[in-house]
Amino acid sequence: MVCDAGCLQRNLNLVLQIMEAVPRTLVCVNLLDEAAKKHLQVDLDLLQRRLEVPVLGMAARQGQGLEQLLPKLHQLLTAPVTDNAPAPFRICYPAAAEAAITRLQPVVTHYLAHASNARFVCARLLDGDSSFSRALTEQLGLSPAGAPELFALLARIKADISQTPGGLEAFQDSMAAAFAQQAAVLCQGVTRPGDQRVAGRDRRLDWWFTSKWTGFPIMLLLLLLLFWLTISGANVPSQLLAQGFGWLEVRLAAGLSQLGVSAWLTDLLIHGVYNVMTWVISVMLPPMAIFFPLFTLLEDYGYLPRVAFNLDRSFQKAKACGKQALTMCMGFGCNAAGVTGCRIIDSPRERLIAILTNNFVPCKGRFPTLIALITLFLIGSASGWQGSLLGASILVAVIVLGVGMTLLASRLLSGTLLQGVPSSFTLELPPYRRPQFGRVIGRSIIDRTLKVLGRAVVVAAPAGLLIWILANVRLGSTTLLQHMTTLLDPLGHALGMDGTILSGFILGFPANEIVMPIIVMAYLAQGHLTELNGPALAQLFGQNGWTWVTAVCTILFSLLHWPCATACLTVHKETQSWKWTLLSFALPTAFGLLACFIVASLAALLV
Amino acid sequence: MDQMKPGQQARVRCLRACGGMRRRLQDLGLTPGNEVNCRLLSPLGDPVAYEICGALIAIRRKDAKTVEVDGPLCTDS
Repeated sequence: MVCDAGCLQRNLNLVLQIMEAVPRTLVCVNLLDEAAKKHLQVDLDLLQRRLEVPVLGMAARQGQGLEQLLPKLHQLLTAPVTDNAPAPFRICYPAAAEAAITRLQPVVTHYLAHASNARFVCARLLDGDSSFSRALTEQLGLSPAGAPELFALLARIKADISQTPGGLEAFQDSMAAAFAQQAAVLCQGVTRPGDQRVAGRDRRLDWWFTSKWTGFPIMLLLLLLLFWLTISGANVPSQLLAQGFGWLEVRLAAGLSQLGVSAWLTDLLIHGVYNVMTWVISVMLPPMAIFFPLFTLLEDYGYLPRVAFNLDRSFQKAKACGKQALTMCMGFGCNAAGVTGCRIIDSPRERLIAILTNNFVPCKGRFPTLIALITLFLIGSASGWQGSLLGASILVAVIVLGVGMTLLASRLLSGTLLQGVPSSFTLELPPYRRPQFGRVIGRSIIDRTLKVLGRAVVVAAPAGLLIWILANVRLGSTTLLQHMTTLLDPLGHALGMDGTILSGFILGFPANEIVMPIIVMAYLAQGHLTELNGPALAQLFGQNGWTWVTAVCTILFSLLHWPCATACLTVHKETQSWKWTLLSFALPTAFGLLACFIVASLAALLV
Repeated sequence: MDQMKPGQQARVRCLRACGGMRRRLQDLGLTPGNEVNCRLLSPLGDPVAYEICGALIAIRRKDAKTVEVDGPLCTDS
């Protein structure tokens, strides 16, 4: 059991509930470093003597105590089980509860001779915990049909309790309160109160981050700052990488032909596999290498729960859960991770809403596409810091639109397929902590940035191969890709895009990272261009009839379309249903088709 | 409890919630006799964050309404 030294008493409540069930427990008191900052003293020896189980102090972020964790656990779990092994921690329930347990215990012992902890089973049965009864049936095969005497006695005891003043509810409350009271008694003398100045600083920060006038502006400004740093910082490394890869490409092609590799194979490897892969790396890597460490710093600092706190009212209006804001933040990294993260939402209905709408926030595979399109088409002649600030503002607007669409879709779902009342919501707002800059940057580079590289190789390389085949294998007089784009052209034009862009989105189903490279490759297969840096790219798109309307519609469709294959599979894993997976695919797509159609039609009318 | 203003302190009298929410509130430390400090109002007025047993917990107004408190005991600025 891991507890927070900062609020030990409340955590001990849970520790006691565990210890009642499992005698062999190791209690880790973590975050001792944070407690020390508040001058909060924790007497671990006293706690260990009182609990009669090993207690280990830790400051996991500094690695303190971690080295002892495994040996202590090993020692605890391999200790020989003897007759004088420690009995489970005995919670002192109020007299009425103790009497009821005494009545029930012989019968429980009769049915569960092999289960060591009859007292715990009695207490939970009296508690009226429905999930416990279920587990009892599933794990131990104890059901009302299989143990009629037990459940008849239980019903009789409960009926007797109902006759007493306060009834069953007061009785069950007193059982719950027993844990809290015992935790309070155990804590006396173990913790000594800390410095109030730190709490005062946290409260002032909270005021700035959540007050009526500053809460939302600060949220938007932080997002703007994050994007501005990303866009302005990523420009130069992106160009350098592209130039480096371009330089290498010429050498590689020359090398291959010198080795006697046939021309078509060289073309396949260089213009197919190599080009797509390096494009993904040079466009994706720099923005992600800047964005994720910065975002992780905010996360580490403790800001994200405040975002959920600020936005909860909107989610409440949409009859969803405020924690959905947290799963959306996870979606920034990867929608598949966001979907898995929805487990933090307790209510199944609200969890499903969060899963189905997670794709409305752009993931790391779509950010660079958005950034590239905004930079190429929407910031006009503005350059330097003004240009990147304008780009960042547009990106913030795109995100805000995504959040708005999430709320709209959530409201739609809770009004139609997933009706129900909003469930309860409690969210802990942890104290602010100074982020560990070095570790955060290191971790984000390894965890997130290198993964982008890994995916570029694993997904983009085969996709490059496929697109090269599609662009070079002819059926009749035209290539397969041309057949596809011609087929999709009417639909594409109705949506303000063209058949090639739609083909890019369709073929990009395995991973969003490759949507843009596919579009570029498809255009290249018709014209010819080797350098893929900014101005050349804009020129290429321009030659293929792109206007700002095309860019806006592509941005919209990138924000609002089906989740990638990984995310779809994750939705299926989490919901265990193809029906919901299909809906998670169709819902954002429908929004995207509608949005693009409206924008394209309006543009056609007005321009 | 939903009537409390930021800075006010009160003592829990009883809970009116039932089922899972009742247990959740109890586990957070909202048991009769415990102190509650109202700390923060979110920008749109709901939820409200309370300091309970040393932790800051955001609770929606409709849930806070089910907690009866005695107070305010005092108001700090």
